Order: sequence, then structure tokens, then C-alpha cells
Amino acid sequence: MSTFEKVRDITVEQLSVDADEVKMESSFIDDLGADSLDIVELIMAFEEEFEVEIPDEKAEKIRTVADAVKMLDEEK
Amino acid sequence: MEKAVGILGLGCYVPEKVLTNHDLEKIVETSDEWIVERTGIKNRHIAAEGEATSDMSVIAAERALADAGVSPEEIELVIVATASADHAFPSTACLVQDRIGAKNAAAFDLSAGCSGFVYSLGVASQMVKSGLYKKALIIGAETLSRIMNWEDRNTCVLFGDGAGAAVIGEVEDGLGVLGIDLGSDGSGGKYLFQPAGGSRRPASHETVDAREHFIHMNGNEVFKFAIQIMGKTAKRALAKAGLEPADVDLLVPHQANIRIINSAAKRLKMPMEKVWVNVDKYGNTSAASIPIALCEAQEQGVLKKGGTVLLVGFGAGLTWSSIVLKWSK
Repeated sequence: MSTFEKVRDITVEQLSVDADEVKMESSFIDDLGADSLDIVELIMAFEEEFEVEIPDEKAEKIRTVADAVKMLDEEK
Repeated sequence: MEKAVGILGLGCYVPEKVLTNHDLEKIVETSDEWIVERTGIKNRHIAAEGEATSDMSVIAAERALADAGVSPEEIELVIVATASADHAFPSTACLVQDRIGAKNAAAFDLSAGCSGFVYSLGVASQMVKSGLYKKALIIGAETLSRIMNWEDRNTCVLFGDGAGAAVIGEVEDGLGVLGIDLGSDGSGGKYLFQPAGGSRRPASHETVDAREHFIHMNGNEVFKFAIQIMGKTAKRALAKAGLEPADVDLLVPHQANIRIINSAAKRLKMPMEKVWVNVDKYGNTSAASIPIALCEAQEQGVLKKGGTVLLVGFGAGLTWSSIVLKWSK
């Protein structure tokens, strides 16, 4: 599975959205209805799935699915 | 064979006055919708003028003693878990010891934030198990309304007042406390604290003006800590009891925020039907939340003898705490 597919599946699970709503350009907050607590949970789920630790200063910069995919690819 | 120790009786008390989210809309800039979505809280109870933590503790304690059929003279240990004691000293536990007539008891307060009741159950159950005492009274009680900044909309909507108590003693073999996991990470102390009023920042005009005698919280950090730790500590306590999350009949988590409770249930793969939730009615009553929840579950007939109950707390310190019990009454 590609990083995008993994991110998409976690996003679907955490935010209870449909898979086809999750696109690279989707903003977690503006398009997918996340609030700040959802973002905290999402980041934790990414950390578990990808077995990485995302420092807070990087986590705060994640706005879109593409941001998450890029950062997770860099951390791998 | 090792002595089995568990809960013999429960009692709780919340003050009469209810403060709704709509009431709060008149005090700070907030909305019912925002509070419910972020926290699940709708109401909280607020202590009457002059009503202090020991007053609520005494009522909860007397109810627990009656429920257990135990006299005050039989109690040999009183622990009050609180972050909002009547005084810096003497301990609230000593005030309670006197007022309920527990004249044969040692008494002390325990400071572990919202984990305080579960910590107290850990301490008291082991002291009874060791044979040092036969019966103990543990109380979680808070008057957080007195240390809340009513101008800070990020915290004043979250907390409430109340008290819950349990009588601890020997129970039938195989029942009672089966697994304990207590822990702390003091590096996170700065995320939830009352800055002034102790030896670091004694009370002064400056500390009062700067609102340093109120609860200060970094909500995001505490949220993150809570959802990371709850599943872990619960599983550790279960492992010590030789059990799995699927064996649990009732999960009683600390009632801070519905989002944290949902997340913990998800991590433990437990359906919400098995999770006690009352955060909507009382808000976060810190050390009182778990005994109030247990008390309600008992009143509603949900606690069955032999049923497996898992208590999971987290709070200021930062601290965490889980205890697995086979219900003993």
C-alpha cells in the first residue's frame, strides 16, 4: 500500500468520512470536518501505523492529506 | 493463600446547584454546541457557598459506610484524594475522620490529581491485604469550582464539584482487586497545575492579580497524554490479573471528556455499552469522578457480583492509574 492509501484508510477510520472524499489536496479541518482534537488523534494513528515519532512542531504544520503523506515519507 | 480485598460499600454526593452550558454562555464567550462537541459535557454541579471538600466527603463517606454496613469505629484508615483540599493543612482526611467519628483511623490526603481515587484504592487495598488494617475508607472529593478561573473559557466549562467514597475490606476469595497499574510522568506536570499558593509561589497580591491560584491547563497536551496512556495502563493492569479487554464487563474511565473516553474504548476494542459515561451530567470532577460513576452503576444494578470492572484514571502529575476488580458485593 502506498503512503497515500495508508493515510487515506486511517483518515476514513478516524474521521468517519468516505474514502473518495479523501484526496491529496483535502484539508483535514476545512474539507474533512476534523477539529483540533481529531488532529491529535490522527497524528497518533499515523505514528502507530508508520512506526515513527512526529515531533509537535512538524505535526502542527500538517494541514492537508498531501502534507501528511510528504512528512511520513520523509520520516520513514 | 493471599487475602482477597475489595470494595464493601459505595457512597457519593454532588451539590444541589446545577450549572448548564447555557448558564455558562452568560459568563464566558462559549456555546452549548462547542462544549458538547468538544467535551460531551452538558451540566456540572457546583458547591453551595461555604460548602467545602470535607463537607461533601463526609456525606459520601457516611453513605458508603451505610451501604457496607460498617461502623465508623471499624475504619482504621481514611484517605482523601483531592486537589482542592479544605486547607493546605491539616489534611481533609483528618477533618473527615473527626466528623464521621472514625476514632481508630489513621488519616491522610493523597495528591495524584484525577488519578487520586484509583491511587487510593491501590494504597488502601494493599494495606488491608498486608494485614496492617482491616477496613479502610477512601474518598475522592473536589470543590474545583473554587480554583477555576471563571474568565477562562478553556477551563471553566470543564470541571464540577462532587465526592465519592468506598469502604475497603476483606472479600470472598477470588474477588476484589486483581491487578493494579499506577504510574507517573512528572515531566508533564506543567501541563496541568495550580501555579501559586505553595512554597514555590506563596500567595501574594501579585499571584492573586495574575490569577495563579487557579487551574492552568494545556488542554491539547493533556488530551494527547490521556489518549496515549489510557489503553496502555488498562492493558497492563489487565495483564497482571491474567485478563484481556474482552473479559471486562464494565469499564469505568475517569470522566474528563467524552472524546477521551471514546478513544480509550476504541483502543481497548470495547463497545460503548460496556463503558460507564456520566461526564454529560457532572463534568470533570477529578478524583471524585470514578467513585461517583461506580456509585451510579451500583444504584442502577449494573455491577454484578463476580463481574469484572476496570477503573482507568489519568490526571495532574501527570499520573495514570488502572485497577481491575472482580465485583465483590
